Amino acid sequence: MDLFITPFSSNSFMLQALVAGALVSVSCAVAGTFIVLRGLAFIGDALAHGVLPGIAVAILVGFPGMIGAAIGAVFMIGGITLITQRSRLSSDTAIGLLFIGMLSLGVAIVSRSSSFSGDLTRILFGEILGISMTAILIQLVATVVIAATATVCSRPFMLLSFDPEQAQVAGFSVRLYHNIMLLMIAATVVVSFQTVGTLLVFGMLIAPAGAGALLARRIQIMMAWAILFGVLSTYIGLLISYHFDLAAGAAITLVTVVIFFVVFIIKNLRTGHAGQLEGVAHG
Amino acid sequence: MDSQREATGPLVSETGAFVPSNDGTPCVLANRLDIGFPNDLVVSGISFELKQGEAVALIGTNGSGKSTLLKTIVGLLPPKGGRVSVFGMPPGHNARRIAYLGQFHASGFVLPLRAVDVVRMGRFPLRGLLGRMSHQDESIVMSAMHTMGIEGLAEYPLRSLSGGQQQRTYLAQVLAHQADLLVMDEPTAGLDAGGRELFLHAMNDELCRGASIIMATHDIQEEAALCQQVMLLARRVVAIGAPQEVLTPASLLETFGIVITGEKRVHVLECKHGHEGSEPFISGGRKM
Repeated sequence: MDLFITPFSSNSFMLQALVAGALVSVSCAVAGTFIVLRGLAFIGDALAHGVLPGIAVAILVGFPGMIGAAIGAVFMIGGITLITQRSRLSSDTAIGLLFIGMLSLGVAIVSRSSSFSGDLTRILFGEILGISMTAILIQLVATVVIAATATVCSRPFMLLSFDPEQAQVAGFSVRLYHNIMLLMIAATVVVSFQTVGTLLVFGMLIAPAGAGALLARRIQIMMAWAILFGVLSTYIGLLISYHFDLAAGAAITLVTVVIFFVVFIIKNLRTGHAGQLEGVAHG
Repeated sequence: MDSQREATGPLVSETGAFVPSNDGTPCVLANRLDIGFPNDLVVSGISFELKQGEAVALIGTNGSGKSTLLKTIVGLLPPKGGRVSVFGMPPGHNARRIAYLGQFHASGFVLPLRAVDVVRMGRFPLRGLLGRMSHQDESIVMSAMHTMGIEGLAEYPLRSLSGGQQQRTYLAQVLAHQADLLVMDEPTAGLDAGGRELFLHAMNDELCRGASIIMATHDIQEEAALCQQVMLLARRVVAIGAPQEVLTPASLLETFGIVITGEKRVHVLECKHGHEGSEPFISGGRKM
């Protein structure tokens, strides 16, 4: 028991990390579910890295990183929207260029800072073990807003994932709800980067939701699995990090990916058997 | 076959289901309508009127303009010229009254949805963003699934269903809407004989209820016979009128290319007008 509970009961930084990580897990599970369902993984990735120059500028001029991240995200969404509407190229080419451009701009700006590598590591991998109470409160508010958005928009989001044309004809503006969805993903990235970093937040977005998609036959259940896997990964990752002295953010993300592949393998081992049964049931 | 023909006229609803309001406004009114995409005019000068309780079938090859016309009517594509009104308004303003089934194929999709969740989406236009789904909504959903013979598959994940079962699910979604106007793009694609039979009965019930139908189809024998009007399209309007007047070997020849008559059935060898050329294929008759 000591191995599993004491690290959190006797170190307040570990407990705060667990709370912050759990909140990140919930918002990432909600946003990640729709990233996986709508095949927005690449846009999610681009958003997660596109916020870097914003954060870098904010750090250089002494503003909170979150404000810079928000500005970076708005810029990135604007760019992605413009590209998807105007480009004759396939949009992933253009989004990829925008994303790598923003990433290099961010690194270039940070390189002006006196504590270059320290700042960069903090931005890319987060500092879950040094999270402040203020940051946890902001994360809590953001998580509530993100969950509320997904609840209110559940019908248009479901229709949009099913068939955008169907959503439009049913009276739910595709443009409006697509943009709400992008903003929700951006908000998740912006509030989560302090905890797990801009590089690792992407793993938290898609690995638990991906594992959930393999298991669930309803969107709500998929989201519930994603939350469970996310929170579990935070707990296991923090424990591993504590006992083996590994980087906490990376350990957590690594666990999410391992869980995904474990679910994937178990699911595939059982598919042969289940497939035969389903064939009989309604062949 | 004969019973299908007799049943085409509008009848009184026996089911007591929702009957659309009849204020005399035509469901769809097109006047010299031009349709197409930003840099591609597909068909120009389409004029027709679809009255309440009637059906019109669009017949033509792939790329002939059927889907383009349907998308224009539901507001997914802006008209390129002329006028079109749906229930007296421009397209895209009557979500509550219109059910749409596109040529959408979700095969291989990861979406975690059960068949019943898909059918339930048919009620979303009526309930909006936050309106509660009532017991009545749920019973309408179940009866739509029953009509298409898939009530036993309600709890099954959509991705585990066969192509034909998925198509039945999408059709049940259209029925669950209880719309005033049903817009369907090749509704019987992938259906087996039983599914097609259920579909024809369901469409007859919808017409009896007072709903109107516009659908693209390759079936000139049965589905077109259900309709008061048939429109032949080949990137232009070849003919429009009652099935027996329009479905003549001469006009079918103009629409499809090659026509073989025999064994009481008309077979057409299609040539494509659209983007993908070459390879003719046979449709409209029994499989040979």
